[in-house]
Amino acid sequence: MKFWKRLMCTARRKSPWLFHMNSGSCNGCDIEIIAALSPRYDAEQLGVLLQGSPRHADILVVTGPVTNKAVNAVKTVYDQVCGPKAVVAIGSCPATTNVYIDSRTLAGPLDKHLPVDVYVPGCPPRPDAIIAGVVKAATLLAERGSDSPTPAIVIAATTEEVQP
Amino acid sequence: MNPLLTALARLLIFPGLLFAVPAAWFFLWVERKAVALMQERVGPPFMQPFWDFMKLLGKSTPPRPGIAGFIMRAWPLIAVSSAAGAVGLLPVLPLSGGFEGDLILLLALLELPSICIIAAGFSSRSIFGEIGSAREAALSVSYNIVFLLAIVSIAASQHTFRLEALAAMHPTFLTVLGIIAILICLPAKLHINPFSLPNAEQEIYAGPMTEYAGPELAMWELAHGLEWVAATGLVATLIAPHIALAWGTSLLAGCLFVVLSVAVVLLLSVLAAATARLAIDSSVRFYWQCTLIFAVLAISSALFVRFWL
Ligand code: SF4
Repeated sequence: MKFWKRLMCTARRKSPWLFHMNSGSCNGCDIEIIAALSPRYDAEQLGVLLQGSPRHADILVVTGPVTNKAVNAVKTVYDQVCGPKAVVAIGSCPATTNVYIDSRTLAGPLDKHLPVDVYVPGCPPRPDAIIAGVVKAATLLAERGSDSPTPAIVIAATTEEVQP
Repeated sequence: MNPLLTALARLLIFPGLLFAVPAAWFFLWVERKAVALMQERVGPPFMQPFWDFMKLLGKSTPPRPGIAGFIMRAWPLIAVSSAAGAVGLLPVLPLSGGFEGDLILLLALLELPSICIIAAGFSSRSIFGEIGSAREAALSVSYNIVFLLAIVSIAASQHTFRLEALAAMHPTFLTVLGIIAILICLPAKLHINPFSLPNAEQEIYAGPMTEYAGPELAMWELAHGLEWVAATGLVATLIAPHIALAWGTSLLAGCLFVVLSVAVVLLLSVLAAATARLAIDSSVRFYWQCTLIFAVLAISSALFVRFWL
């Protein structure tokens, strides 16, 4: 039993499958997510795969400030992801609604509606920060298994020194 | 040896489950790694398909009540068992048994997973699943004509439907023609580029698999891997064992089988990485117009060999 648990823990850490959900972002963050999977950053080395169906995913990656139009879709997709699952908020938009703050078309920020596990701030964040966030979420999944969500984590916006 | 024991050993040990499941994971890894290298990426680590499989086993599935849910859960299991049966039938080792007509059984078992995929897409009641299933059905009607004609022509030229006799035959111009026709059909059978449109990722979500999750999806992945082993193994046995028979030892025959299968996997993965997805009408036209000529040529020369020479 213990062996099985440890095996499952490693498997969850090593194979995070993503579903990418755009809740009204400006597309900046979405491009950075694609960049994280491109040959330059190559997140597949860590087992990361972008899945077409939310049923196949472990980690829901949300970009954008959650508009009124998108809020129900975000909740539905969250319910469609099978457990154990985690939510990663990419960019400053889902965290704080960013430059769109106080807009009457918004229902955000994201944590009003879903339990967010990892925040990756930045406008947009760098691809290496996104990869760090996804890996953090995968580690969280491995640790907690199917238990309830834990307090959220914030990832540093970049993992390397930014040149002025 | 007791024929029942031999059959069990073939199904469970070599080339059956004990060999085929790790081989399935290995082939899936080779495919992903080859695509990654072609795109100048590092690609997934060696154990990746295994970790994916284990993780999927540990996930929950949405509730599927009633008989419809039961049927939906059954399809991936049927697909896995038929693909495993197909691998078990391959005449890898010399003098490993077999019976008259096992070629027909092998072809039926190879075809079952794709029928399961069609049925699974429709029974999941998802619009994307239905589109994927309809595409798979159209594609399977077109490539199967060529696939079956190629194999039947090889069998007809040898007067037998016994796999072992086919594997031990001497290569002729006709067999080469047949093997090329089979190789052209394999990308469609395995749903890889340029014929990946039944499960076109992102375009129609995940096609027939859209509604599947957790252990069911793990079974589909395993069935896909086993299909790789069975399909490349069929090509490998058609090319190889007469060489191994000449050398005489089972160990060499096994090794040669594995090496040739990996070579076929590499060939197909490189093709997949180098091409883009074709639309359904171009794929169907490709098989009906271009490749059918191959198959007709093969079967007419087979009949010629059979009756006039
Ligand atoms: S965080 Fe910035 S880049 Fe990302 S969606 Fe919001 S405004 Fe666009």
